[in-house]
Amino acid sequence: MKAAAIELDSGIESAVTADVAAPVKIDASHGVILYVEGVTVSFDGFRALNDLSFAIDTGELRCVIGPNGAGKTTMMDVITGKTRPDAGTVFLGQTIDLTKRTEYEIARLGVGRKFQKPSVFENHSVFENLELAMKGPKGVWDTLFHRRNSAEEDRIDAMLKQIHLKERMRDPAGLLSHGQKQWLEIGMLLMQEPQVLLLDEPAAGMSDEETERTAELFLSLEGKHSLVVVEHDMAFVASLARKVTVLHEGSVLVEGSMETVQNDERVIEVYLGR
Amino acid sequence: MAPVLSSIIQLYGRRGWLWLAVFATVIFVVIPVLRMVVPSENPLYLSDYYVLLIGKIMCYGMVALAMDLIWGYAGILSLGHGLFFALGGYAMGMYLMREIGNEGQYRSFLPDFMVFLDWKDFPWYWAGTEYFSLAVLKILLVPGLLAFAFGWFAFRSRIKGVYFSIITQALTFAFMLLFFRNNTGFGGNNGFTDFKRILGFSLAHPGTRVSVFVVTGMFLILTLLLCRYVVTSKFGRVLAAIRDAESRTMFSGYNTRDYKLFVWTLSAVLCGIAGALYVPQVGIINPSEMSPANSIEIAIWVAVGGRGTLVGALAGAGIVNGAKSYFTMAWPDFWSYFLGALFVVVTVFLPQGVMGWIRSETK
Repeated sequence: MKAAAIELDSGIESAVTADVAAPVKIDASHGVILYVEGVTVSFDGFRALNDLSFAIDTGELRCVIGPNGAGKTTMMDVITGKTRPDAGTVFLGQTIDLTKRTEYEIARLGVGRKFQKPSVFENHSVFENLELAMKGPKGVWDTLFHRRNSAEEDRIDAMLKQIHLKERMRDPAGLLSHGQKQWLEIGMLLMQEPQVLLLDEPAAGMSDEETERTAELFLSLEGKHSLVVVEHDMAFVASLARKVTVLHEGSVLVEGSMETVQNDERVIEVYLGR
Repeated sequence: MAPVLSSIIQLYGRRGWLWLAVFATVIFVVIPVLRMVVPSENPLYLSDYYVLLIGKIMCYGMVALAMDLIWGYAGILSLGHGLFFALGGYAMGMYLMREIGNEGQYRSFLPDFMVFLDWKDFPWYWAGTEYFSLAVLKILLVPGLLAFAFGWFAFRSRIKGVYFSIITQALTFAFMLLFFRNNTGFGGNNGFTDFKRILGFSLAHPGTRVSVFVVTGMFLILTLLLCRYVVTSKFGRVLAAIRDAESRTMFSGYNTRDYKLFVWTLSAVLCGIAGALYVPQVGIINPSEMSPANSIEIAIWVAVGGRGTLVGALAGAGIVNGAKSYFTMAWPDFWSYFLGALFVVVTVFLPQGVMGWIRSETK
């Protein structure tokens, strides 16, 4: 039953074809979708990020872990345009420098972000939440004269099924449980058809079963999207069993498989030494 | 044409349209008949006082709709909306001053206040004020451009919440001080008054007054439908999204600054139109319309009626101003206490305003 629930609905693929005219083409010819190079961010003298560099391959599922204050959220802020770095660059593909773009431009370019605290539109229905997130023209005039069409409705419907919220589609998102909100937010990200998904603690507050289903969902997205999952929950990271980047004091401490990381002296010290 | 028509029809359900039809009948048929046709001895006869009162409240209703658009739906509380109302009023007032011609106190081609200041000719910015079409243009453009410029800087700097409200308050206050000066050329603290006619029709004639009243009613209904269209469109859902979770909206790919700027400017233009319709009815416009207290009162109308409902804003404007005209006659000293008490009572007991209360009762 679980596997069936997770499987990407094939209906989505066909419905997606409508207006996907990206204004800028992402050049991922070298197999790398995201480069973070020498990024430094200071807040009042405190270096949240210290010459941070790493790269994410196209279609990769990467886990980022690290103790509190390691700079995980700041890293996401820099990639999504919320925080401007003092030094360094962030490239989407070979050509697009994200540090020169605004939040909404970066979102339109195909970088989706899930916040640590579930962030959905509480007064909008579940359906409307997905509708607002859906990829398409998002200018003032576009939405002012927009008329909902059946292709859009089909797409939203497919996503509702995928995130198990079909029965709740008319309810305000504020009435959902914590785990359901997390799923809705993930669904909203997917509606944007992003190249890169940044997920800040996606399993926080979920039941074991929900966590398991989330892991399965992410694994099913691997290859179609590039995912960066920031997590505290080691069991969750282990269940994804992909390449892990350990952040510490604003830079990369270790990078490698879960096994390598778990056996690394420095990682053990950083986690247990505190 | 057909899609436009169908999207207009969808704005309200059957009951909504029925209410609107009743309202339109009262404004366009019943009141004009009671004023113009029924003889003045008849108890049903409606005096100028009531036509003026209802006309005024309809203008306030437009302002309340404009306020609800930005406060109720976009979460932007303006405490300076009286400014846009007044600017629309002044734009109309300049034209009405020119319509006086040389029938002023001093029998000069200049308005009385200019003669009084010993000015020999109109200042340059009064050029073209004798044309009604230019007045209409100014009624739309002056509040619109000011709001656009102000909003462009404020939203670009991401000024929000109470800071934004305070700056709007300061803005209207600054303009009030500017307009109080005689040398500004807008009649100082007396403003414009003693209007004689509009488009050549005498403002003293009941027919003219009723015509202005009917036109105001038309604009009120158009404003309501326009606002309803905006808030029920996808644009409206984006606005509410900005209100509830702006960063999520940005990260969903919406340029929230453009959205806020658009609705802010639209709101100001609607206020300007309301001000322009208000002035020929009450026969005066002066800088007191720009006082901070006036702008705060607008927010109270919307809070009393219920934010984010449009109809509630209309109801709030009607309730508060109806009560105001009664209180200022019956117990003039107690009006401000009553207004304060009303605000407290609504905030504490009816946080969703009168509309929210009606909805919860009828559910």
